[in-house]
Amino acid sequence: MMIPSATENVLALLPLHPLISFLLLITFGKRLSWHMAATLSIGAMVLSTVSSFIVINQLSLQSPVLSVDLWNWFELNLTNSSSAKINISFYLDGLSAVMISVVTGIGLLIHIFAAAYMKDDENFTRFMAYMNLFIVAMLILVLADNLVLLYLGWEGVGLCSFLLIGFWYQERANVLAARKAFIVTRVGDTAMAIGLFMLFKELGQLNINDLNESASTLWVVGDEAPYWIALLLLGGAVGKSAQLPLQTWLPDAMAGPTPVSALIHAATMVTAGVYLIARMNGIFLLAPEVMNYVAWLGASTLLLAGVAALAQNDIKRVLAYSTMSQIGYMMLSLGAGAFSAGVFHLMTHAFFKALLFLTAGAIILALHHQQNLFKMGGLLKRLPFETVLFAIGLVCLMALPGSSGFFSKEAIIAQLWSSNTAGPLLWYCAIFGALLTSIYSCRLFFLAFMGERRFDHELQPSSSRLLKLSLIALAVLSLIGGIFANTIEQSLSGVFPSVQSLNMNEPNWLHSVAIATPFVGIVFSWFYFSTYRNSNHGNLNNAAFQDKPTPLVMFCRQGLGFDQLYDLLLVKPYCYLARLNRKDIFDQLIMFSAWYVCICHDVFKSSQTGKLRWYAAAIGLATALLLISLGIESFSLEAS
Amino acid sequence: MSAIPLSHVLILASILFSIGFVGVIVRKNTLFILMSLEVMLNAVGVAFIGAGSAWQQADGQVMFILVLTLAAAEVAVGLALLIQMQRRFKSLDIDLLSKLKG
Repeated sequence: MMIPSATENVLALLPLHPLISFLLLITFGKRLSWHMAATLSIGAMVLSTVSSFIVINQLSLQSPVLSVDLWNWFELNLTNSSSAKINISFYLDGLSAVMISVVTGIGLLIHIFAAAYMKDDENFTRFMAYMNLFIVAMLILVLADNLVLLYLGWEGVGLCSFLLIGFWYQERANVLAARKAFIVTRVGDTAMAIGLFMLFKELGQLNINDLNESASTLWVVGDEAPYWIALLLLGGAVGKSAQLPLQTWLPDAMAGPTPVSALIHAATMVTAGVYLIARMNGIFLLAPEVMNYVAWLGASTLLLAGVAALAQNDIKRVLAYSTMSQIGYMMLSLGAGAFSAGVFHLMTHAFFKALLFLTAGAIILALHHQQNLFKMGGLLKRLPFETVLFAIGLVCLMALPGSSGFFSKEAIIAQLWSSNTAGPLLWYCAIFGALLTSIYSCRLFFLAFMGERRFDHELQPSSSRLLKLSLIALAVLSLIGGIFANTIEQSLSGVFPSVQSLNMNEPNWLHSVAIATPFVGIVFSWFYFSTYRNSNHGNLNNAAFQDKPTPLVMFCRQGLGFDQLYDLLLVKPYCYLARLNRKDIFDQLIMFSAWYVCICHDVFKSSQTGKLRWYAAAIGLATALLLISLGIESFSLEAS
Repeated sequence: MSAIPLSHVLILASILFSIGFVGVIVRKNTLFILMSLEVMLNAVGVAFIGAGSAWQQADGQVMFILVLTLAAAEVAVGLALLIQMQRRFKSLDIDLLSKLKG
């Protein structure tokens, strides 16, 4: 056996640091002081971040791949006596390098923020333990070299998401949101599991690289098997990444603490679906129809979420819908075959969405847990630091030129027009989505930061240095994220095959329109939302600030009726059936034997009257019968 | 002295036994039930004596003495129970003693 090199050891130990920290935190629990718990969890993240940068530095053009086999997990046997080994082994290439740098880097900053944000919570150690466990699961997910290990991480992040959404479990709404997130993603996970079974049945192995290779040799484009497999894998990705039609859990997931929303429901876990599709690109490229579905799913999600974000009144829900719509962009880009652009957008989105969520968290903290946009206003003068950071985040979200979001989003939009599996129609969708993005961003900014204050309490800005440090670091990353464009392009070029594009003549106005769109949105909202912008004491009682939504706005605010639809189509019939079958019909079969025993019991019980004279009579009668039968027997014996 | 045929003795014994048995079943008063039991025991005794004399064996009389002592002991226990019953239930109705009802 080969002796592993130092870098391989570092790679193998990468998920171990947070795991150890998780175990210590969950074991010692509240006996640890805030300082010890924070040091432990953040220290583990620092170790992970440092080691991930060490291993990424080892990747070069000569050796673009690093892998380490830890041990054999189990063997899967096929019917024809061949077996596939499922190993615990990690595999690092350009794609997983991007993912681990996002997971550990952003994870570290969010841990630092969370340590300050959750300082006064009595279950602080439990919170940090779950966060660490999440990082472990996410690292396993992105480093796995086979789909079974990936599935382990996949379910692990789902579990942590459940635990953290329901972190304040005394509130009924939080528990319901956690349950909803768990059940809805389970639907997608089931589809994905079936996809894995089919893959194993068809190809006899689950190692990701072997799968991508043997798929391209065994199948040709348009075969039926890759179509179904890709569709099922897409189901898993849709559930995890909150895309249409399984998107309803994400807005409710905002019930969790804000660092959780930033880490799990914006930066990392929800992008796992994007990662899965990018990882299995070999299968997806064999099924162009599914690629087309991916693009359309992404486009419709980004439009739907953009419209819903326009109507929200909760600052975190605006950001949640915005996350959905940005992931829609990533899906659209994957569907168009622009894998590296999608992954790059994943990274920049992780930067600025984490920044937006954390800044929103700082604002919510300063406003005594007020999340309603209509109860904010005038924060520009009162919280200048947070305002600047939030504005940076919004600029990136709107993809104004120069920001990191610009580089990634423009890269996506640029490849849509002439893609095989996308096309001009999807290009228009993406442009319209960008317009919506800039409009809801402006609405959010005007409502929260401009105009006159509409809150009663005094502000309590946090003065924690940890909090500010992580926010500034994220803001810097969001601003300069664009400089990674070439590095990422290079490191991903070995992972993804270059996709042939149609040689269509692209009109030369495409780029200028794409760049101009956000500005159009800003100018539009500058005039359209001028009441929000110019609110003063005089017009505070104006209808615009009373938040009495019209039915249409209410419909959009509730996510365009998907919740009600699912409630009507799935939840209600299910509950009805459950009530109908309250006395379980299969239970009745079992209960029949119990009923039979009871009947026998009653019969024999009735013979026990407790009356002495009846017993005596029975004894006499029985004796008489016995004697008579004996007599008959001896008589018949004598006769013969 | 002409010997009484065994069949007559046995008929007498079975009549006595039946009378005693019917007494046990139909009587509610525990005292009378005990007395009916005595009748039954004596019916058995008559049968033993008759059989012993018919076959000229002493076993029949031995058995009767055994039954006699057994009856005496049984009556002693029975009467003691009777007194307890009178004290507890203020009655000798045997049907009151039905706590073992299932």
